[in-house]
Amino acid sequence: MELQTIWFFLWGLLWAVFFMTSGFDFGIGTIYPFAGKTDTDRRTMLNAIGPLWDGNEVWLITAGGVTFAAFPLVYATMFSALYTPLMLILFALIFRGVAIHFRSKIDTPGWKKVWDFLIFIGSFFPALLFGVAFANIFQGIPFDDQGIYHGNTLRLLNPYGLLGGLLFVLLFIVHGANWMAIRSSGGLQARMVLISQRTWLVLVPVAVIFLIASYFATDLYANYFQYPVLFFVTLVNVAALLSIRYFVHKKTYFRAWFASALTIVLCTFFGIIGLFPALFPSSMNPDWHLTAFNASSSPLTLKIMLAVVLVFIPIVICYQIWAYHMFKNPVTQEDLDMEEAY
Amino acid sequence: MDPVFLSRLQFAAATMFHFLFVPLTLGLSILIAYMETKYARTKDETYLRMTKFWGKLFLINFALGVVTGITLEFQFGTNWSRYSAYVGDIFGSLLAIEASVAFFLESTFIGIWIFGWKKLSAKAHAGVMWLIALAGNMSAVWILLANGFMQNPVGYVIRDGRAELASFFALITNKHGLLEIIHVIPSALLLSAFFIMGVAAWHLLKKQHLDVFVPSFRLGLVVGLVSAVLVAVTGDMHGVNVSKTQPAKLAAMESHWETQTRAPIVLFAIPDEENERNRIEIGAIPGILSFLGFHDFNAKVTGLRDIPKDERPPVLLTFIGFRTMVGLGTLFILLTVYGWFKRNKLLENPFYLKIMMFSLPLPYLAIEMGWIVSEVGRQPWIVYGLMKTAEAASPISTTQVFTSLMGFILVYGLLGAVGFFLMAKTVKEGPEAATR
Repeated sequence: MELQTIWFFLWGLLWAVFFMTSGFDFGIGTIYPFAGKTDTDRRTMLNAIGPLWDGNEVWLITAGGVTFAAFPLVYATMFSALYTPLMLILFALIFRGVAIHFRSKIDTPGWKKVWDFLIFIGSFFPALLFGVAFANIFQGIPFDDQGIYHGNTLRLLNPYGLLGGLLFVLLFIVHGANWMAIRSSGGLQARMVLISQRTWLVLVPVAVIFLIASYFATDLYANYFQYPVLFFVTLVNVAALLSIRYFVHKKTYFRAWFASALTIVLCTFFGIIGLFPALFPSSMNPDWHLTAFNASSSPLTLKIMLAVVLVFIPIVICYQIWAYHMFKNPVTQEDLDMEEAY
Repeated sequence: MDPVFLSRLQFAAATMFHFLFVPLTLGLSILIAYMETKYARTKDETYLRMTKFWGKLFLINFALGVVTGITLEFQFGTNWSRYSAYVGDIFGSLLAIEASVAFFLESTFIGIWIFGWKKLSAKAHAGVMWLIALAGNMSAVWILLANGFMQNPVGYVIRDGRAELASFFALITNKHGLLEIIHVIPSALLLSAFFIMGVAAWHLLKKQHLDVFVPSFRLGLVVGLVSAVLVAVTGDMHGVNVSKTQPAKLAAMESHWETQTRAPIVLFAIPDEENERNRIEIGAIPGILSFLGFHDFNAKVTGLRDIPKDERPPVLLTFIGFRTMVGLGTLFILLTVYGWFKRNKLLENPFYLKIMMFSLPLPYLAIEMGWIVSEVGRQPWIVYGLMKTAEAASPISTTQVFTSLMGFILVYGLLGAVGFFLMAKTVKEGPEAATR
């Protein structure tokens, strides 16, 4: 395989892993004010992601950094064209980051209310906006051969874009509820199981509508019709989606969480495979698409970065798995009583 | 106002705010790792209480450093897309390496450190803090190498209308970048030492928690003294290098207009950029600038008048920045040397403690001024000699940048206030009472 092709799929994989890891943090933050009835509930939810969310967020930095390193033209065009939505995401992430750290520093209802609100804002909007942004990329973005954006930011909120946003939010809620089912007990756990099951019932039809709408709104299926074997990935995706419900029903929550993780990765890859070789298609003229072949870095940079990624990302995965393993049991009162707890 | 100017303001505001938190993260992580190791080795509870107290302040600072850092990586794409497209082949790879090699390590292990007190042995837990310290400082290494490329581009060829990587080895052995690293890391330690001494002095003046704050202050004193000297030495090395590679910056640092041998340094001056001279100039000492720049009293120093007008950096900011940084750097050496002689009689020197308490913000000022010299002094280039800042901005509208700039000012203003409030509260509460 060509270097640029390898990098195209690595690029997709890094974004997919970001959605898979930060996905449950965003999902938990989205249901946080509604499912967390008491302060103990809310603190349990925060401490369930507490040791992990910082490391999860670095997948975004890495996905962004790798876009910069391997496809500088895509990095430059994508983020300047999507200036306003990206700024909104960044501000939301700022709010979420400080809110999680600062909420439990002072024990007054007013103080906590402010940060609770920001945890919701900082989780829901990135989930929604990443979905909207990627659905719009699937459709193509109006930019010219100079990389100048010719659209209106509000146009990103078209029906297909919003459908993508909704799909992401629902996926992340199910994924987050599954993680909470692993890391809570008693009434809170029962509520989380219910949230996972009920949200799943909405998620399935939305996913189906998204698959159908993609046929009309995008060119994603062209690659699939050319190589029908690719539909196998979609089949696995559907199987993963269906198995979430099965595992939740069986009360094997870790498996359920694994299934929702796989679903998120494969949903991302549904689009990545369809996009290939474009990373950032132009809706104005197919000749202006930024692809793995016309927007990449030099072979030397791609080779060096490939070596860096192939050595260090497996190491990162190892110590992150170790961290997940360390914090996989239900959050207890003793955990909440720790001085350092959120 | 044009988008380029607004983007510059936005980047300046965002980096300067970010860098209020970076040095303390870099330096304090090392000092906390040292304290915790002492605890793991001796089982002396005092070291645990030191670790926990400074750890709390560290974490508040860390949270603000992380969230303000994320926006910076993306601003190269949002606001400086032409720059990103032109040098991304080189610059992007350094940022990507920083994330995958260093930032992952730091962020994953910070979670383990906060939540792992009961899950890890004391030694392993201290080891985690060493990893955090190592990772944070490694992050700085990669970021400074990236900045080093902007200051002194090496290891590239121009091909197909952009700069492409020619030698990765040249990129990571860039002299300018390496000099930045050995200057920035001691300055981070210096700031952290002054932070510790400033906070400790407040408690010592109140004669409380002496068991925690006397050893803390003394640790700060040793680290502060050593790093203040290192900062001065590496700063001098840096200056000599800049004289060779960026003559315009050197001239602006001293508001030096006329090319001459035995170039003087002036004690006081008011630069007049329009008329290419100093409006007021008092106390010129001949030969000193030649000596500082080239370690030779007779060396010829290029003046600003011999540099084309459109390649001169803003003189006033660079000049003031350099003066302030060097003046403060000298003060830090004097303060720590004096403290060293009084190290066993700290409590009998309330006046010194008071000075050290009020000196807490000074390293912050010095470091920000250092960056102003470095970055403003590099203008009008974004990559020295290769690309001008004016050609580097994104094709975006003034309204977009203006709105986001206002957002940054508002949000960062609030974050700064909340962070300061929480830090002050934590300082006031002091460490846990001794159990015995």
